[in-house]
Amino acid sequence: MQIIISNSSKEPIYEQITNQVKSAILTGELQEGAAIPSMRKLAKDLQISVITTKRAYEELEKSGFIYSIVGKGSFVAEQNLEVIREKKLHVIEEQLNAVITNSKEIGLSLDELQQLLTILYEE
Amino acid sequence: MENVVELKNVAKKFKGFAVENINLEIKQGFVTGFMGENGAGKSTTIKMILNLLQPDAGEVKVFGLDYHSHEKAIKERIGFVYDGNVFFEGLNLKDIKRIVAPAYKRWDDDLFYKYIEQFELPLNKAIKTFSKGMQMKASLAIALSHHAELIILDEPTAGLDPIFRRELLDLLQELMVDGNRSIFFSTHITSDLDRIADYLAFIHKGELIFNQSVHEVAENYALVKGKLDLLDRDTEKAFVHIRRASTGFEALTDNSSEVKKTFGDRVVIERASLEDIMYYLKGGIHLG
Repeated sequence: MQIIISNSSKEPIYEQITNQVKSAILTGELQEGAAIPSMRKLAKDLQISVITTKRAYEELEKSGFIYSIVGKGSFVAEQNLEVIREKKLHVIEEQLNAVITNSKEIGLSLDELQQLLTILYEE
Repeated sequence: MENVVELKNVAKKFKGFAVENINLEIKQGFVTGFMGENGAGKSTTIKMILNLLQPDAGEVKVFGLDYHSHEKAIKERIGFVYDGNVFFEGLNLKDIKRIVAPAYKRWDDDLFYKYIEQFELPLNKAIKTFSKGMQMKASLAIALSHHAELIILDEPTAGLDPIFRRELLDLLQELMVDGNRSIFFSTHITSDLDRIADYLAFIHKGELIFNQSVHEVAENYALVKGKLDLLDRDTEKAFVHIRRASTGFEALTDNSSEVKKTFGDRVVIERASLEDIMYYLKGGIHLG
C-alpha cells in the first residue's frame, strides 16, 4: 500500500491517509479482504506518530472501509461500490449547485464556468 | 492499564524553585513528549517519576504501583536514558554490562549485543573516548537490553547532530511497533516532537500547562493575526498572549474555535507550531 504524505499540506496528515486509502479501495487497487499494515507499522513507515495513523484507521473503520480484528490486523471491508459511487455523485451534485449559485451571484456565465472547470480539472 | 505513569497533584519545593500541582499521565503504547524551556521543571518531574526525588505532596504511580512497596518491580521495567554519560568514564561497555546486567531479572545478553552491533559501538574502548552521540547510544543500548516497557529519555537529542537525531527518532519509532512499550521524552527541541509524539505535556515555570494528544493541541492552539482595532478587553480574553506591532497583532489562542466564532474572516488563523506555543506561553499566561 503506497501512501504519500505531504508535511506542508493544509490537509491534516490523518486525512491524507484516509483519503488515499479510500481512493485505493474505490479504484479497486485494494481488494476486499486484503490485509493492510497495522497502524503501528504504518506509523513507522511513514515516520509519523502512532496516534495519527490510529485516528486515520478509526475514521476508516467508522465509515466502513476497513475492519480490524484484535491480534490479527486490519482488512479492507466489503464494499458496495455502486452505492458509494451514487453517494459520491450526490455530494458532487450538491457542491456543483453551490458553485452555480455563487457564479450567478457575480454574473459568471456557463461558458466561463466551464472554462474554469476545465482548467482546474486538467491541473 | 491505560496509563503507565500517573502523577496526581505532585509538588516539590526547592529554594527559589518549585514544581506545583503536577497532574500528568503517560499513556501506554504511545510516545509522550515533555516540553518546556530550560529550568521549567522537566528534570525535576522526571526524577520524581524515577523516585530519585520524593515529592513533598501528591502521588506518583508507575505501572499502577507506588514506590513505597514496589520500587524494585517498577525499576525493573523502566529504561532511563539521560543526556550525558551516567557511567564511570574509565570503564568500557563490557565492564559496564558486567555491572549492570545482574541488576535486572530480564537482562538479555543477545539483545544487548544486537544493539551494540546495530549502533556500531566498540566494546573494549573506555566510555570517555566516546562521542556524545555514542554515549547516548550506549546508554540507550543498556536501557533497551532489559526489555524495559517504559523508556524515559531526558533531553536525549541535546547536543547531537541532526543526522544522529534523526537516527534516534527512527529507532524510537521502531520500538513503538510493539504496542506495549511507552516512551516519555523530554526535550526543548520541538521538531523532534513534531514527528514522533502522540501526546504532549508542556511544563512552564514549574506548572503543567497542558497534557493532551497532538490532535487536541493542533485543534485548540492557533496563531491569530489581525488588525489592532479588533482588540479590546473582551476579545483579548480569547488569547493566551498577544504581540502588538504597528502593523497589527499576532496572538496565540488555546481556544481556536472560540476565536473563529468571535472574529470570523476578519483575522488570519494559522496552525501554531510547538515552537510558537512555547514562545508565546513563555511571554506570560493568563488562562481562562
